[in-house]
Amino acid sequence: MASSHGPTRRALGRFARNGAALAGIGVIVPMLLLVATYPFWLQDGPNSVDLMARNAAPTMRHWLGTDGVGRDVLARLLQGGRTSLLVATLSVSLSLVIGFLIGAVATFGGRWADTTSMRFVDLAMTLPPVILLLVLASIIGTGIGPTVWVIALLSWPVLARMVRARLLEVREQDFVVAARGMGAGTLHLLFRHGLPNSIDILVVYATLQIANAILLEAGLSFLGLGIPPPAASWGNMMNAAQSTVVLEHYVWQWMSPGAALVLAVLAINFIGDGLRDAFDPRSGLS
Amino acid sequence: MPRTLRYALRRLLVGGAMLLGLSVLVFLLLRAAPGDPVDAYVNPSVAMSPADLTALRVRFGLDRPLPVQYLAWLAAAVTGDLGYSLQGTGDPVLPLVFSRLGPTVLLMGAGIALAIILGIAGGVAGAVRRNGAVDIGLSVIAFLGISSPAFLTALVGLYAFSVRLRIAPSGGMLTPGAPFAFGDLLAHLVLPALLLSIGHTALIMRYTRASMLEVLSADFVRTARSKGVPEFVVVARHALRNALLPVVTLIGSTIGIAIGGAVFIESVFNWPGMGLLMVTAVRARDYPVIMGAALIIGAFVIVLNLLTDLAYAVVDPRIKVG
Repeated sequence: MASSHGPTRRALGRFARNGAALAGIGVIVPMLLLVATYPFWLQDGPNSVDLMARNAAPTMRHWLGTDGVGRDVLARLLQGGRTSLLVATLSVSLSLVIGFLIGAVATFGGRWADTTSMRFVDLAMTLPPVILLLVLASIIGTGIGPTVWVIALLSWPVLARMVRARLLEVREQDFVVAARGMGAGTLHLLFRHGLPNSIDILVVYATLQIANAILLEAGLSFLGLGIPPPAASWGNMMNAAQSTVVLEHYVWQWMSPGAALVLAVLAINFIGDGLRDAFDPRSGLS
Repeated sequence: MPRTLRYALRRLLVGGAMLLGLSVLVFLLLRAAPGDPVDAYVNPSVAMSPADLTALRVRFGLDRPLPVQYLAWLAAAVTGDLGYSLQGTGDPVLPLVFSRLGPTVLLMGAGIALAIILGIAGGVAGAVRRNGAVDIGLSVIAFLGISSPAFLTALVGLYAFSVRLRIAPSGGMLTPGAPFAFGDLLAHLVLPALLLSIGHTALIMRYTRASMLEVLSADFVRTARSKGVPEFVVVARHALRNALLPVVTLIGSTIGIAIGGAVFIESVFNWPGMGLLMVTAVRARDYPVIMGAALIIGAFVIVLNLLTDLAYAVVDPRIKVG
């Protein structure tokens, strides 16, 4: 019955029948709403200090307790969610642009450009990701902008390779050969034929990479090399647990960002897997 | 055999080229950094004239063109001179990095060994009792293991086993001040190695399970069963040996991920390895140490991948080499 619809419609139909992916959406949408609206319903700001309640356990006044200087953990958690999602979205957008353009240059730029860019991709992938992450962080520095760049520069090579493989395939299709025969330029071929036919890999990459970027940001901030305090991020909130006193006595300070992190990453990964299976029915069979 | 040998030589050549490329990449990345060793080297509380700074830069060779600097650095590097740390007493980089190599190899070796044992055992158990309680339980644990980041696993493990249950030391490699004892080392090693292995165990378990399920439905397994071979022998001898082939490559290709995990585990457990060295060096912008450590870790990964490829060619005679 679904066969009368186009491939995108059928893919969306497959996605809508994927329970795990829908559960992922059911988790991530409320999270986004809470994170977006918290200043309207939460009494405390992420940096307002309650000197009467330092390191306080969860109470009715502070639902998730407070940290060492008396800041509300829930407020910081929600603000940290903003930071994490902002950093992840920006870095993924950047790496999408870089990855797609490098993939395009490799496909349409001639043999020399292809070899150079793909050897560079090989090179960037020889170092273990976390080691490259540390090297990049040492060069680019800490803060929101630098962290976005660090994650983007780490992540694009995988995408560039996938885009290149897809574009090489598309380039040989009859309709593209025909368009070229009618005098279409490289930019036309790339953006009218290449881009629409790569949308599925871009969407799947972007979704899974957002989860990955959240983890990378949290990892960097946890090591003290990402988002520096007083800005809140899930990673730098967990950094407090490097102190044994916090680890032992103030569990709410590090367990809540940890739980939020795992929940968000799981939900996004479910959605990404669902999209991948929906766009490529074969992948679900293996 | 000559064909395998030719394959080995070609892989060695490719590995060498990758090493050279790696050195170029690391060198360029670190020269792209804001500031240079001189900025980090001088004491900010001592006033220095721009002329003095320039003189220092000339002395460090920082005024020469990049390719020349690279070649000079490479020539020194192959003789074991990777420069000096900018922190503390300014130790030479290579001995510093090598002194941290042992603890990391120990931690990762123990972690990966645990992952192989637990992962294969779990995968076989899951495949034999497919969709049973054990299978589902193991799948859930594997899933959680894959999805939680190493630093969170480390914190939770440290909290549960060292803080609450008090059955493991809370960090370090040896009890400070105590004479070296193997039992002491082992006690410090178990928890971080176990936590490091979780992600790997989960991955190996998933692959072993899938691979076992495939092999268990193969014709030769049915033949063995119909001949009356005991079920244990079918699973352990006929099925497992064939199912393990894809798992061998998996183990090699995930070493890089294990190194990433080790960085976080070492930071949480204060384990004196390469990961902790690198994190401290990045905080201090100690570029010679960052460069040296990245280079040696990269080389380590390239060599290990090479060995896995060769091992695979030996284990599976069907593989097409060349």
